Amino acid sequence: MLSRVANSLYWMSRYIERAENIARIVDVNLQLLLDMRSLDEKQLIAYWKPIVIATGDEEAFFKAHPHATGAAVTEFLVFDKENPNSLIQSICQARENARMVRDQITLELWEELNRLYLFVRSPQAREVWRRSATEFFQEVKSSSLHIIGIINATLIHNEGWWFVQAGQFLERADKTTRILDVRHESLPERGLPQSISPDEALGWSAVLRSCSAWDAYKSINSADVHPRRVAEFLLLSDHFPRSVRFCVNELNRALRRISGVAEGRFSNDAEKLTGRFLAELQFSSIEEIFDVGLHKYLDDAQLKLINIGDALFRAYIFQSFDNPDEFHMVQQEEQQQQLKSLIIHR
Amino acid sequence: MLNQYKVNHGFDEMADAQAAVRPHYQKFHRLFGELTVPEFQAKRTAVDNAFLRQGVTFNVYGDAAGAEKIFPFDLLPRIIPAKEWEFLERGLTQRITALNLFLHDIYHEQKILKDGVIPEFYVLSAKHFRREFVNFNVPKDIYIHICGTDLIRDKDGNYLVLEDNGRCPSGVSYVLENRRAMKRAFPQMFEGIGVRPVENYPQELLKSLKYIAPAGVADPTVVVLTPGAYNSAYFEHTYLARQMGIEIVEGRDLFVKDSRVFMRTTKGPQPVHVIYRRIDDDFIDPTVFRRDSMLGVPGLIHAYRAGNVSLANSIGTGIADDKVMYYFVPRMIKYYLDQEPILGNVPTYLASEEADKKYIIENLEKLVVKAANESGGYGMLMGPKASKAEIEKFRELVIAEPRNYIAQPMINLSQHPTCCDDVFEGRHIDLRPFILSGERVSIIPGGLTRVALRKGSLVVNSSQGGGSKDTWVLYGDE
Repeated sequence: MLSRVANSLYWMSRYIERAENIARIVDVNLQLLLDMRSLDEKQLIAYWKPIVIATGDEEAFFKAHPHATGAAVTEFLVFDKENPNSLIQSICQARENARMVRDQITLELWEELNRLYLFVRSPQAREVWRRSATEFFQEVKSSSLHIIGIINATLIHNEGWWFVQAGQFLERADKTTRILDVRHESLPERGLPQSISPDEALGWSAVLRSCSAWDAYKSINSADVHPRRVAEFLLLSDHFPRSVRFCVNELNRALRRISGVAEGRFSNDAEKLTGRFLAELQFSSIEEIFDVGLHKYLDDAQLKLINIGDALFRAYIFQSFDNPDEFHMVQQEEQQQQLKSLIIHR
Repeated sequence: MLNQYKVNHGFDEMADAQAAVRPHYQKFHRLFGELTVPEFQAKRTAVDNAFLRQGVTFNVYGDAAGAEKIFPFDLLPRIIPAKEWEFLERGLTQRITALNLFLHDIYHEQKILKDGVIPEFYVLSAKHFRREFVNFNVPKDIYIHICGTDLIRDKDGNYLVLEDNGRCPSGVSYVLENRRAMKRAFPQMFEGIGVRPVENYPQELLKSLKYIAPAGVADPTVVVLTPGAYNSAYFEHTYLARQMGIEIVEGRDLFVKDSRVFMRTTKGPQPVHVIYRRIDDDFIDPTVFRRDSMLGVPGLIHAYRAGNVSLANSIGTGIADDKVMYYFVPRMIKYYLDQEPILGNVPTYLASEEADKKYIIENLEKLVVKAANESGGYGMLMGPKASKAEIEKFRELVIAEPRNYIAQPMINLSQHPTCCDDVFEGRHIDLRPFILSGERVSIIPGGLTRVALRKGSLVVNSSQGGGSKDTWVLYGDE
């Protein structure tokens, strides 16, 4: 298929996933704030800063909003049109990519994505948000899940669909690492914390909720929230569909369906890096990860995912084999030759 | 419902001067008469919804939101009997044959100029004459592969050619979609009346495109080249690509290496042999034509010259769309084919001829003045309907640049019953048949009938309040 089409499908899917993750993380943390004693400005900054870092650009945020209030964070992460990673901009980008390949996707997908786009840009979106922020985020989340359902149920599962999968799981893996990293300040640099306070426990349960993982976590670990178990669940779970391992496994599957190369081999860097990362996740224990230090481990994981994205781009989207400058010159020379001969001819 | 239909003036397609239904409309008239008003309304709503849902739309330039609009569709078909179509087919075939010979000639020996049949000045000064392509051979000597000639009928019902669209004529997707809609709405009518099918157009188009593949390529890769999703005809580009089962590409999907064209795919570069381009000459290769073009493919013309890729339509056909050249088409037919033109032209005055210019300037309020190289209803003066200021503006324009203007008498286009707010009234129409030149000339039976939905309006362009109708060519004469 055309590289441009693959690229648009891949980014459409990444941006939808991104928007949904922003909705979850902001929603959960706004709610969590309600449970806390009133925080002074310093505490507020400490509370929101990791969330801003997890989803966007810290520097741009503090430049625009010296006071890290819930409203300022929401404004920046959700509605800000200048912030390229805001929820609204993510949805715009998803829709723009879909529009570029409108003929390659189904009417159902286009209509739902377009509906979400029109909603978040409408004045009603603000009103809904003012009335109840949760209701607003619910709208975005359920639309995103609806879109994922439409993609699975109405698109042909061909090469393009696998690019959609690759985009979705790459983005999801990245966002899970970032959400898990939000509470790293409360952890020792290496190793496990000795004990955690009830407030910290609340913070870690917010991490789970931000990944839609609360119910799934409880069913396995009961309501006993401990960073070791939270990290194990979100990084290494084999069956939870938002864990990093699960996502990388799906990404690996998608890449192999695209190239047709069997497990255990690779034909490009994207496959090589993904396979390596997957093996590492499959053959690591959570103790080893805490020995390295969770924050450092997550940093490395994000870098690996970025490298996989770059490799995917080089393998399928941008193949550098042309040299336009050289042609430009040959071309112009030729044109002048033609003109000269014409003048003589006439 | 059609019983209250009144013919106001001019030539009516359905009713003759005595208000009797013409023979080829009688079956339709009878079957349509059996419909009740609510039944008709239900069909109309169903068709409109289908168009909207399927995204059968066009984009309107200058609309900031890039809004897509449906092309309004009228359910009353325009009907053409077999013998009339046979006449049109002969006329159009003759015309396209002469145009292709003319293009070959002016890009080679220029005999028609040397013999003084067309003054040299007109060709050499034409905006779309590509002098760089003189002595360049196009595959199979075909220049215009896809032509969309606009036909109108005058007050006596004579068919006249209004213009030859030899660059990138659009509208054929509506022909196909309108037919699908009509078949769904009135299946029993098609059985009873005997309408010739149009559905094989995409196959015929693909055949014509494969016919011009570069020498030695047994199984050519054909693509549609579109300016992109913001183009007003983007729907049509994707539609045709889908129907032909070929890729739709943008300029950035293609690149040129060693004088060969490739498309960028996830499996690496794939060679491309024939390009059905829906981009004008000016934008197709920034290294040769407009440098600021972001739509084209750098080096494409180089590959084209090397004979490694074929383009449809060929470079340089724009000259045939020059409204001054239009004036000379009857002479071309006589010169190249030694035949009398089967289809006439609308009488035309060339502003660059002194006598004509004088006539034009003195009679602006009676004439339609057109810029030689504009289309889509732009750059035009409708004298009888224009304000004094507009007339003065055109008087100055014609005097300043006579080569760029022609004038024609106002032709009162034929009219056709059309559904207007629950009653049927006459509205003016034209016809754009689509002519393919490949191994032979083929014309799909029918074409795009455009209708000016505003009462009394003679402008049928979609950008200016026009709609469309299905066009039925009958197997028989009634």
